Amino acid sequence: MLQEIIFYGRGGQGSVTAANLLASAALKSGNRGVQAFPFFGAERRGAPVKAFARISDEEIFVRSQITEPDVVVVLDTGVMDAIDVTQGLKEDGVILLNTNQQADDFSFTQKIATVDATSIALKNNILVGGIPVVNTPMTGALVRIIKGVEIEALKEAMRERFGKQAESNARAAEEAYREVKL
Amino acid sequence: MIQKLERKKMVITGDYAAAYGGMISGAEVVAAYPITPQTLIVEDFATFVNDGITDAEFIMVESEHSAMSACIAAQAAGARTFTATSSQGLALMHEMLFIAASLRLPIVMPVVNRTVAAPIGIWCEYNDSMPQRDTGWMQMSCEDNQEVLDMVIMSYKIAEHRDVLLPIMPCLDAFILSHTVEPVEAPSSDEVAQYLGKYEPVAKLDTENPMAIGTFAPPEYIQELRYHNHMAMENAKRVIREVTRDFARTFGHDYHGLIEEYRCDDADVVLITIGTVTGTAREVVDELRERGKKVGLVKLRFYRPFPREELQKIAERVGAIGVYDRAVSFGSGGPMFIETRHALYGHSIPIMNFLAGIGGRDVMKKDVEKMFEMLLEAKEGKTSKEIVWIGTRGVTP
Repeated sequence: MLQEIIFYGRGGQGSVTAANLLASAALKSGNRGVQAFPFFGAERRGAPVKAFARISDEEIFVRSQITEPDVVVVLDTGVMDAIDVTQGLKEDGVILLNTNQQADDFSFTQKIATVDATSIALKNNILVGGIPVVNTPMTGALVRIIKGVEIEALKEAMRERFGKQAESNARAAEEAYREVKL
Repeated sequence: MIQKLERKKMVITGDYAAAYGGMISGAEVVAAYPITPQTLIVEDFATFVNDGITDAEFIMVESEHSAMSACIAAQAAGARTFTATSSQGLALMHEMLFIAASLRLPIVMPVVNRTVAAPIGIWCEYNDSMPQRDTGWMQMSCEDNQEVLDMVIMSYKIAEHRDVLLPIMPCLDAFILSHTVEPVEAPSSDEVAQYLGKYEPVAKLDTENPMAIGTFAPPEYIQELRYHNHMAMENAKRVIREVTRDFARTFGHDYHGLIEEYRCDDADVVLITIGTVTGTAREVVDELRERGKKVGLVKLRFYRPFPREELQKIAERVGAIGVYDRAVSFGSGGPMFIETRHALYGHSIPIMNFLAGIGGRDVMKKDVEKMFEMLLEAKEGKTSKEIVWIGTRGVTP
């Protein structure tokens, strides 16, 4: 089964890293097809950015961008003022939002999942330049929503990538995994 | 010398795969200048040097022209070298590319295909590498990151072969490979060392026995040198076929020589693709086959040397051939189309050119499906179009 995911965020929030971590975790969880790639525009800190991930139990050959995702992950709901994040989202797809609000506060036709990744990041003291790092908790919440990726595999991928910062990120991912409201 | 590295499976970018390939092949001198989207290759190789994984000499240079000059000098002194570039960087290197090839120096240079300005773009187009056609370099394109790593290793084997001795640029698509992570299996350093052996130059610059190379030659000499370069490029075809066979036996990944055929056996029409569009086209072929359409795919790996003989054999058994191009020779069509027509002179089947993905525009399944639809029409004599622009505003394909 092929699952396609789009991450929306702002430059500097780590949308690309989130997609890459998911890819590593997906491979560790036994998926044969794993692919993650950024959409590169005139990228700069604060500007809306997009990253893509494909996961499948079979090998993946297709190379085009994702136009009909199964899940969209929104790291910063502020980008929704400028971008329609549900564009192309499948009818039975899921929108995962980083928010302290409830699902009822949003009006989308697709299913909404919420997690307060910003608070989780602050609580675990994962900050870059004073700004909470939300990509790792959001990826934790995501593996709860999609199929075939283990939270332990995600934490392992973080340990390989982050060195000293790994444990706090892994903890934040685990918390978001538990706390995400579906 | 490099540290002992075990066999491992990594989730890495195409750029990392290129850098890892150069490092594990035992490149001794690296001179490179960073340019998007090749930048990660330079950064990753610099990290290998910094972390002591390789003791390669990493030369900081002020331009791509200097990068190639430094590689030429180092290779002429007997070192295995590595560099990488993209777009304007390759254009700036152009002058030195001739020298590397004419001096028969087997330099390996991954090129991350990026559009050449104007206007400035950072996305995938082959108008950087394809205009280097006549510099004497071998040139090939990769479909995925595994092929990038494997091809950098194989590049040394092919380029350093005594019947070839030509530089080579394995190319990878900007962002679609360079910045995309996917699983790649890397062989161990021992396996690669045993496979490649030590680089043994035919002649080298030596301070004990000084000599000058490439200085001056009157008309009495140059024509023969050009002939030898021409023959070396012809020899490269045989060597590439042998090397991919041998690589498959050694490492288990089979790249089938200069081209790979996919579901061509009983095909009515075939599409020739290059680079990452091949992957997307594989899925389209599978879907069309399920709907009963007899379509096939030819993944063209090498642009220089060009697989003339392989394509002639395919032309004998199909009703139409399409050629996908991601660059255009203005007024004549895509470079691969021109080349394919030349190779298939005398064959009467329709040969169509499809231009898509120019400037890095996304090539989707529906675009490739359109190409096959038009090819099937051409086979039935329902269209006589030659050069078709797919997904271009204001243009009907």
